[in-house]
Amino acid sequence: MYKLMLCLRYLRTRYIALASIISVTLGVATMVVVNAVMSGFSHEMHVRLHGILSDVVMESHSLDGFYRWKEHMEAVRQVAGDEIQDMTVTVHVPAMLNIMVRDQWLPRQVTVIGIDDETYNKVSDFSKYLKHPANREQVDFNLKESGYDAPEDSKLAEAGWLYRREKIRYQQELEAEMRRFELLNRSVQARHTADPNEIDNLVSPLDLTRNEPDGPVKPKFADDPNAPPVPGPPPAEIADRIAHQKQPEIEPALAGGDPFAARYKQPESTTFDPMKHQAPGIILGMAVASIRQRDAEGKVQDYFLAVPGDDVRLTFPSAESPPKAISETFTVVDFYESKMNEYDAGFAFVPLSRLQSLRYMTHPDLGSAVSTIQIRLKPGADLQGFTNRLRAAFPPETHPYRIQSWRDLQGPLLAAVQMEKTILNILLFLIIGVAGFGILATFYMIVVEKTKDIGILKSLGASGGGIMSIFVGYGLSLGIVGSGVGCILGLLFVWNINRVAKLIEIITGREVFDPTIYYFQEIPTIIEPMAIVMVVTGAMLIAVMASVLPAIRAARLHPVEALRYE
Amino acid sequence: MSNTMSDSCLSTPTSPAVAPAEKRSGTQINTDRFDTPIEVDRPILQTIGLHKSYRKGQHVVPVLRGVDFVANEGRVTSIIGQSGSGKSTLLHLLGTLDVPDQGEIYFDEKRTDNLPIRQRDKLRNGKFGLIFQFYHLLPELSTLENVLTPAMISHGLFRYWAARKQLKERAKHLLDLVGLGHRLTHKPRELSGGEMQRTAIARALISNPKVLLADEPTGNLDRQTGREVLNILRKLNEEQGLTIVMVTHDQTIADEADSIVRLFEGCVETV
Repeated sequence: MYKLMLCLRYLRTRYIALASIISVTLGVATMVVVNAVMSGFSHEMHVRLHGILSDVVMESHSLDGFYRWKEHMEAVRQVAGDEIQDMTVTVHVPAMLNIMVRDQWLPRQVTVIGIDDETYNKVSDFSKYLKHPANREQVDFNLKESGYDAPEDSKLAEAGWLYRREKIRYQQELEAEMRRFELLNRSVQARHTADPNEIDNLVSPLDLTRNEPDGPVKPKFADDPNAPPVPGPPPAEIADRIAHQKQPEIEPALAGGDPFAARYKQPESTTFDPMKHQAPGIILGMAVASIRQRDAEGKVQDYFLAVPGDDVRLTFPSAESPPKAISETFTVVDFYESKMNEYDAGFAFVPLSRLQSLRYMTHPDLGSAVSTIQIRLKPGADLQGFTNRLRAAFPPETHPYRIQSWRDLQGPLLAAVQMEKTILNILLFLIIGVAGFGILATFYMIVVEKTKDIGILKSLGASGGGIMSIFVGYGLSLGIVGSGVGCILGLLFVWNINRVAKLIEIITGREVFDPTIYYFQEIPTIIEPMAIVMVVTGAMLIAVMASVLPAIRAARLHPVEALRYE
Repeated sequence: MSNTMSDSCLSTPTSPAVAPAEKRSGTQINTDRFDTPIEVDRPILQTIGLHKSYRKGQHVVPVLRGVDFVANEGRVTSIIGQSGSGKSTLLHLLGTLDVPDQGEIYFDEKRTDNLPIRQRDKLRNGKFGLIFQFYHLLPELSTLENVLTPAMISHGLFRYWAARKQLKERAKHLLDLVGLGHRLTHKPRELSGGEMQRTAIARALISNPKVLLADEPTGNLDRQTGREVLNILRKLNEEQGLTIVMVTHDQTIADEADSIVRLFEGCVETV
């Protein structure tokens, strides 16, 4: 009883000891904040890293892929069927993407992924990151009329069919105008050569094109076998190329279906009209088709090289040996933005069957070939265990497959973040350790100051253990107060961290978290109760440990000598 | 240690063979003060051949050199001597605050000097009440709490909580007894010297001790206040039959005791 009472009395009357635990308080508060922010960051990063990836990927070594993937899927299911939620197949192939920017082809290196729009959704969060709300519901590779999510002033906000028609009309008018000039030029030359017949022929089409601004001009020339060759100014090239595309491939409705069906079905129109038709759809990463930078006022702006509605050209190797380069036109139908630059700048998604047929990955007997099997596990399944079992079932010595979980793919980065967190925790805990030495020194002083009181208590029959427990209890109560206050301070800071960040921005005039780098609008925080419990317990332990040494000294004091002490 | 041995008091040859009850040397009953002296004196505190020395750096300073001492039950015994004669040390040894280098101490015919430290703590808490020259109150606690401290030590947290009402009543009663019933919540620094010493007496009495050990209880007080304190002690002795062992250097105070033991350079001088 006297222990408790004296403990509380000392706590109330010795403010110097309270000062000594301010460092514990600050240390605990810092650790709470750092842990919450680090957890927030790493969670955000996990989500982004995982983002468009499935949980486990079984990938063939060869770009040619493998047939009989249905049997493989069955084999995978036998390994751990109860842990698998969904599976799908994809074709991965490195490719060169060419975007027409102001009459110049701009090449980009991407990995083209052929996906099945029905099932790919189920193995990854890919669709969550798409820009068009309808695509987020269910991905398809058809260009939407409009309505892409983007800021008002962004070019993306106007993208879609509306934009495409506008653009094509402009191009066609421009082309017609060029043609008119060409003809005019010829007629002038013809006058010089003085062939009256030719003059009569050439003047009339000139008037026709000029008076038809609304109609589709281009097909008129495309159908006309007598049309003179286009001299080739770059804007005309897109329309020209589209006009010469192979007929079965232009039907957008067939892009996701059976590639062979088109051969037996007579297309409604044998002509590709860019005003009405799109090339096969392609979904590009945000960073593939745009550049994010700050304007003069410091506002973050996206500058788009292409938007949904534009056509791009994709060149990739065929699945033959030796491989040949295959070039195809695709229409951008959407963007995805996982906010993970590595992914946003590296992938382009096209319909699986389209890519398979373009790369000659179909076989009359074996069906189609794929290059990966993507597996999503059920929530809470053991990712590493599943990967290991799958690896054991398909050993690399006998099977040409590489089996990786998304963690393996991002291993170094995840390890680095984990390492960072660990080191930071150790460093911060050392700060609390330093505070522990402050407590030690203060307690020693208190013991010296209280020597006589200790003597008195001993003369009244208090045992050494009792005296010791006064000071250990004192240390513990200081630890509880210090870490408790620190914990509350830390939590308050975490809950208001974005306001604090704004305040710092106002004071320093600098952005704390640059959205061009972090992609965060707000600082993410996650409070892990376990981490807080660990920090608080650790701090209390340090306070108790720091008080044990002075307490032992106090317990060992000789009563007579302590009573004599002045 | 051998140094101390050679310094033994010549006047009091000690023999462990002698039973403690038979040893009476150094004790004198002052029969003048009582009309009817207690017929059978029962020694409650007794020492045989106590040796104690302190170490000061390289030097060993002998303080007690073979002290034989007896205090009888229900009597006031005073220990008188000059500064450095070892009287305080003797009191500390009697009160189990310290252990002798050599010799034996008996309390109620049981040896105390070789008891384990826990039992000595318990003995000190329950059987002895100690009063010091400098009062030795705990500055953080009020008068009442100071008086309750020994009870808090002897009772555990829960037992104290269960018995707190009776204990508080008793503490208040004791403070009334020493005339401090109106000063329960005052801190020691708000009290006068005499009040502090009276608080210390109340504290010494809380656990119903058998023996009150007082180390110069009036040494720091003026004559008038010292008188009051001594009157309280005398009253306790007379009314409750409390055994008191009092160290003093004042002959007039010593003379009031039932028996006087005079110490000189660590040895008992027969008066």
